[in-house]
Amino acid sequence: MQRYILVRFLQSLLALWVMSVIVFSLARMTGDPLDVLLPMEAGEGERERVAKHWGLDKPLFLNLENPFDAQYFTFLGKALRGDFGMSWKWQGHTAMGLVIERLPATLELAGVAILISALLALPFGVLTAVWKDTFFDSFGKIIALLGQSLPSFWLGIVLMWIFAVSLGWLPTSGRGTWYHMVLPAVCLGWFQVAAMMRLIRSSMLDVLDSEFVKLTRVKGLAEWKVVWKHCLRNAAIAPLTYFAITAGVLITGSVVIESVFAWPGTGLLAVDAVRARDFQVVQAIVIVFAAVFIMTNLLVDILYAYIDPRIRYQ
Amino acid sequence: MALAIPQQAPWYLVPLRFVRGLLQGRRFPGVALFILFFLLILPGIFAGFIAPHDPIKGSLSARLKPPMWEKGGTSTYPLGTDKVGRDVLSRIIHGARVSLRVSLEAIIVSGVIGTTLGLLSGYFGGRIDAFIMRLVDISLGLPIILVALVFVAALGPSFGTVIAVITVLLWARYARQVRGETLSIKERDFVARARVAGASHFRIMFRYLLPNVVNSLIVLATLQVGFVILLESSLSFLGAGIPRPIPAWGLMVADGRELIVTAWWISMFPGLAIMLTVLALNLVGDWLRDRLDPKLKNV
Repeated sequence: MQRYILVRFLQSLLALWVMSVIVFSLARMTGDPLDVLLPMEAGEGERERVAKHWGLDKPLFLNLENPFDAQYFTFLGKALRGDFGMSWKWQGHTAMGLVIERLPATLELAGVAILISALLALPFGVLTAVWKDTFFDSFGKIIALLGQSLPSFWLGIVLMWIFAVSLGWLPTSGRGTWYHMVLPAVCLGWFQVAAMMRLIRSSMLDVLDSEFVKLTRVKGLAEWKVVWKHCLRNAAIAPLTYFAITAGVLITGSVVIESVFAWPGTGLLAVDAVRARDFQVVQAIVIVFAAVFIMTNLLVDILYAYIDPRIRYQ
Repeated sequence: MALAIPQQAPWYLVPLRFVRGLLQGRRFPGVALFILFFLLILPGIFAGFIAPHDPIKGSLSARLKPPMWEKGGTSTYPLGTDKVGRDVLSRIIHGARVSLRVSLEAIIVSGVIGTTLGLLSGYFGGRIDAFIMRLVDISLGLPIILVALVFVAALGPSFGTVIAVITVLLWARYARQVRGETLSIKERDFVARARVAGASHFRIMFRYLLPNVVNSLIVLATLQVGFVILLESSLSFLGAGIPRPIPAWGLMVADGRELIVTAWWISMFPGLAIMLTVLALNLVGDWLRDRLDPKLKNV
């Protein structure tokens, strides 16, 4: 078990490191930072002096004389301390400061979305398994199929059109009251509902078939108690771990949904920063999100291995 | 003789049964293929001939015309026009070409890379296998929307960027699938005989192993097309995909977002086009999978 956790942990670090290399290389491909730092008419001597001051005269990745004295390692060292430089678009803010400032709004939205998806997926998933091959089950399958096929940004606009514009029940966008949260959270949760429902259904079907369930029936237990107490408890393992994956998916999904509903979270910040080509902020967001994403994946794998010993010994 | 008379189902059950048969993958997905043909393939190939208007140049006198069945709409612009007077129908038709092009190119590029690496990995095993599989794990673990955002922030939106981003994600699935199958196929007799007969490694991989994984490659590719179209349109919607003024479906939905109160048709129709296309592709993919390769149930 310890070996498995160690291997998975190192793999996650590796993925995060690849992400940092991608971010760093792409940042340098956008152009020479000297062109931004210097006025147009700067001479050759001036260029050299400024390059030396900012460390831009060092090689990008590999320095043969002193292996760790390269621009990439300067970047990595600062990134590890959360320093991604100043934002270009939002003057006077550090890139990391902006991300931290916007993070609560994103977490709030993701939390409500998880809650909604659990409240819907649990009863629907169980019932589609109990009433297998009925029209209710087909209905569940249609929802799952729509979950795969509906573009989330479009669903957001359609819901906005119906409930905010035509009916006037909810505000169209922004953040403030609970009402503001309904539409974006439903949109964000919808896709999880579809996926989780199918997962609960398939693991419920396995459990409903097992011997101990037959025993509880033979004992004369009420059918609702058999299903909702004995079966659900045993079927809940797979969906529970899926919850953690969901958390990771929600973080990236929030980029789309936040920009539809102008929800002032990190996702919207990311899109705004990309539009303004504010690379410092994009870097900060991508590294923070990637860290969260990769770490939740790691946690899920460890949780799985803890629950299912077969995975540990692969 | 009553036995010979087929039982007539009540009328209201007929459509329900039809849908159910379709969903359970038993029925041939004719409707789905029909939708695909008329929404994606035909306009994708012949966009220039079918579209009634220019998709990029609009006429300023015909701005924000509603669809023809609404009050004030004309049959010149069947699905209305956007805020610079471009015909929505023509843009949807040309948008099909964008979706088709992006999905074909992305799937071919990632399919070739993924299949080659998968074959190498499964056939040679050992260090090569370990290295390639590490790469697969890493690229499956990357948050794709974020990778796309970095690429676009650095390189600017373009066809090439979109295809590169999608390839970074997709190749790994092919590699994993092909490797798994190669591992079992290479143990079979005909591979051993080919080796004894003096076939080179290259020849064994591409003449003996590859034809045996083609079925699952086709299924995988079909299931991916819908995913790629959805991903491309999400990226375009965010301004991180296809650049304006190219008519991409995701971009059109984005254009109509602020006008949803006054001109709902601008984002409604392209969104419907995305949904129907992806839905149809998923149905066809599921059916193909059940037919050709039931092993792939969990892809």
